[in-house]
Amino acid sequence: MKNNIKYLAILALGLFACEPEFDNPIDESGEYTSGSADFSTYVAVGNSLTAGFMDGTVFRSGQQNSFPNIMAEKFAFAGGGTFTQPSYDDDVNDSGGFLLSGNPLPGFGTRLVIDASQGGPEPLNVSPTMELSSLQATAYNNMGVPGAKSFHLGAPGYGNIANLSVGAANPYFVRHATSPNITVIEDAVSLNPTFFSLWIGNNDILSYATSGGAGTDQTGNPNVLSYGFNDITDPSVFAFTYSALVDALTANGAKGVVATLPDVTSIPYFTTVPYNPIPMDAPTAAFANGAYAQYNGGLQLAAANGLITASEVAQRTIQFSAGQNAVVIVDEDLTPLAGLGLPNYRMATVNDLLVLPSSGIIGTLADPSNPASINGVGVPLADNWVLTATEIQSVRNARTAYNNAILAIAADKDLAVADMATTLEVLVSGLRTADGQIYTNNYFDGSSDAISTTVFSLDGVHPNSRGYAIVADSFIKAINAKYGSDVPGVTAGYYPGVTVVPTN
Amino acid sequence: MKKLLLVLTIAFSASVMYAGGYRVGVQGHKQLAMGHTGVAVVTSAESAFFNPAGLVYLDGKLNVSLGAAAVLSNTSYQNREFGYKSEADNPVGTPFYAYGAYKINDWLSAGLAVYTPYGSRVEWPTDWEGSHLVNNIELSAIFIQPTIAIKISEKLSVGGGPIYVSGAVNFNRNLSRSLTDETGARSNVTIDASGINAWGYTVGAMFRPTEDFNIGFNYRSKIDMNVERGDGTADFENLPAALAPGFPDGDFTASLPLPAELTLGASFKPSEKWLVAFDYTRTFWDAYESLDVQFFNSAGLSRNPRNYKNSSIYKIGAQYEATQKVTVRAGFYFDESPIRDGFFAPETPRPDSVNFTAGFSYNLNSKWAIDASVLYVHSNEIQNSYDYFREAGQPLTFGGEYKSNALVAGIGVSYKL
Repeated sequence: MKNNIKYLAILALGLFACEPEFDNPIDESGEYTSGSADFSTYVAVGNSLTAGFMDGTVFRSGQQNSFPNIMAEKFAFAGGGTFTQPSYDDDVNDSGGFLLSGNPLPGFGTRLVIDASQGGPEPLNVSPTMELSSLQATAYNNMGVPGAKSFHLGAPGYGNIANLSVGAANPYFVRHATSPNITVIEDAVSLNPTFFSLWIGNNDILSYATSGGAGTDQTGNPNVLSYGFNDITDPSVFAFTYSALVDALTANGAKGVVATLPDVTSIPYFTTVPYNPIPMDAPTAAFANGAYAQYNGGLQLAAANGLITASEVAQRTIQFSAGQNAVVIVDEDLTPLAGLGLPNYRMATVNDLLVLPSSGIIGTLADPSNPASINGVGVPLADNWVLTATEIQSVRNARTAYNNAILAIAADKDLAVADMATTLEVLVSGLRTADGQIYTNNYFDGSSDAISTTVFSLDGVHPNSRGYAIVADSFIKAINAKYGSDVPGVTAGYYPGVTVVPTN
Repeated sequence: MKKLLLVLTIAFSASVMYAGGYRVGVQGHKQLAMGHTGVAVVTSAESAFFNPAGLVYLDGKLNVSLGAAAVLSNTSYQNREFGYKSEADNPVGTPFYAYGAYKINDWLSAGLAVYTPYGSRVEWPTDWEGSHLVNNIELSAIFIQPTIAIKISEKLSVGGGPIYVSGAVNFNRNLSRSLTDETGARSNVTIDASGINAWGYTVGAMFRPTEDFNIGFNYRSKIDMNVERGDGTADFENLPAALAPGFPDGDFTASLPLPAELTLGASFKPSEKWLVAFDYTRTFWDAYESLDVQFFNSAGLSRNPRNYKNSSIYKIGAQYEATQKVTVRAGFYFDESPIRDGFFAPETPRPDSVNFTAGFSYNLNSKWAIDASVLYVHSNEIQNSYDYFREAGQPLTFGGEYKSNALVAGIGVSYKL
């Protein structure tokens, strides 16, 4: 018995000497598999969504939560190697703004924050510190270039600082292009990826959409050199370009994941401002109607002369009433009646999308001295504030064609597909994550709940860090399903959302 | 013994495994070494805790037992689905006891007991994945119990006394899963209170039908430790400047029950040198429904449902007087967790455990003895979660695999006059 007790004591001490060990410790090598994929050199190719762009720019702390960077952390469990991103060490105050030769670069200001004293988003009021002309000349694993359209990834000179002044270069790529005339895809391929992600094409429709359809739908025109910034890329150009990008990335046998393009109606930039944001009482409505009596009368005249149909008369008639009223907009797609002195006005409908910045315009006075000049009532909203139903259709047609191309090319090359179009559609009604939280695509509404659950950044187009975690999780699910890997998932709830400052 | 260990481990791994709450069963080295039995054992002043009724049957006019132990405990956490892994490196806990019993006359004894039956020290890595539930916690409570025991006959005695408790708590956790200040440091709160007082009582009875056979009963009442306004501080750290004005430091109120415990047991002496004891303890953990902390700023009421269930401890122990000077002891107990599925919060990560004890007494002379014991607490790996953390109105789950073990080793002295 004495010996037994001694033995028991020694046994107890021996058992205790080590930390409690699991039967299958997850940090033991071989506990996770990469399946038929090889994550040792992962290269991410794409646009702002790949770069970690949020709140209107890329800034140092936000970039850490780019979806490829989050994915790379999880790939590390299954053989993933180091993952590099363009350096933002020079973003000293974490603001994300660019300088060119010491001066702020227009259009590339600081990140958006909520100013609690004003209650709305504003660019962070600090001076940018990142000097564009200090070139990094390095190919990084994260080759996401904010603003890039599909064909930009293969465009020589897109990273040439000399081309900035003529609008043919992209400041983000300028910062890290390995040589002035190298292409994004060449720098990406130079890393010899064993695995890649490709999410491109959003800007081929999005700049048209965010500009309220101010550009042109170039469907049928393959000459990209003739395109304006806000134009819709020709779907056949897109398909050709996409195919070339995938060819380049798979040339050495790399496996990868591509992603579909979401619809504009799943982005808060287009869903936050309702078409009928103007409350009126009966006298106000009567007063506002008075200003359009002549226009409405002119429409009857035009119809009597057979210039427009009765249904267009109904569509264009401006009629306010007590309650919530639709804004008055300019719609270029209406029948021109300039001969009668009639402008292209109509009231917005539920099928039109008002862009997010219109919230700062609607209800304000176009002429501060004229109380009748309320924007959206007395003064119709210009084309750039509204994506009309017709314009939405152009965007949808292109998007459908792009996604068909993406799916066909992915099938041909046997690649995984992250169906981000569907993920973002689910977000519209509410996406439930494994921990039980429910996320939506709502814009930050200032509530304390929204601090924990908002997944879109203040620019209304890009996810915030929490949203990118959801994106990374969706990509990982698609990769695991395709390649038989079991890369761990991502918990969005641990990632930050909106930045609120007391004053700005 | 080794064979027994294997058999028990396998047998218990088949059932769901939880245990213990924040109870620390180290109330005397003689009795701990015997599997923490003692309700029907009359050996030393340790009876003041295990069953005050036994004090009147002690040999000698004055009995004193003093001792302390070191509790080394560890818990590992991992979640395979998300690749999370953490280890709680808990600071060493130091339960102690001091018992004294004085025989006033043949039928009346008086005593004083000071002991620490509840406590918890859990320290997860700061900002780990469960940091919205707990970063670290330290609970302690000192029980001071004046005791009397009355011998009704040579076969029956009763005993008991009031219990005065002085407790302390220090608990830190992050305010949410993602909130940080401008530098990225996580927003968190520490509540701290000490000198929290409460009263309870203990009663016991002992029946000795023969010289070699004892039956005992002991009940210790529930004691609610209430932190009132002004008793403690709530310290909010690392809030972003925009939210900081809503979260000034201040006080808080909270309540933590120390549950009632009922123990029944028997001991017998199969031979002159041997003593075998069995105890069954029921702990009324259902008193622990929720850990609610009321703050007096924007943090408001923090509700943390616990919904514990009553649990049992099954104990067996033996002692053998090997020589005049040396008595050796060993024991085993199975400790059921009071934690229900879905309520496994990492601030009290205690699943069911199987516990192995051993120890000895060495008699220096007829008055003084040294007592020592070791306890090894083993828990099987479990998969469980806490499903009642609320974020933006939604109940969230936090779970994974947990594995715990603990080693307790201690030494004390006994004096008998």
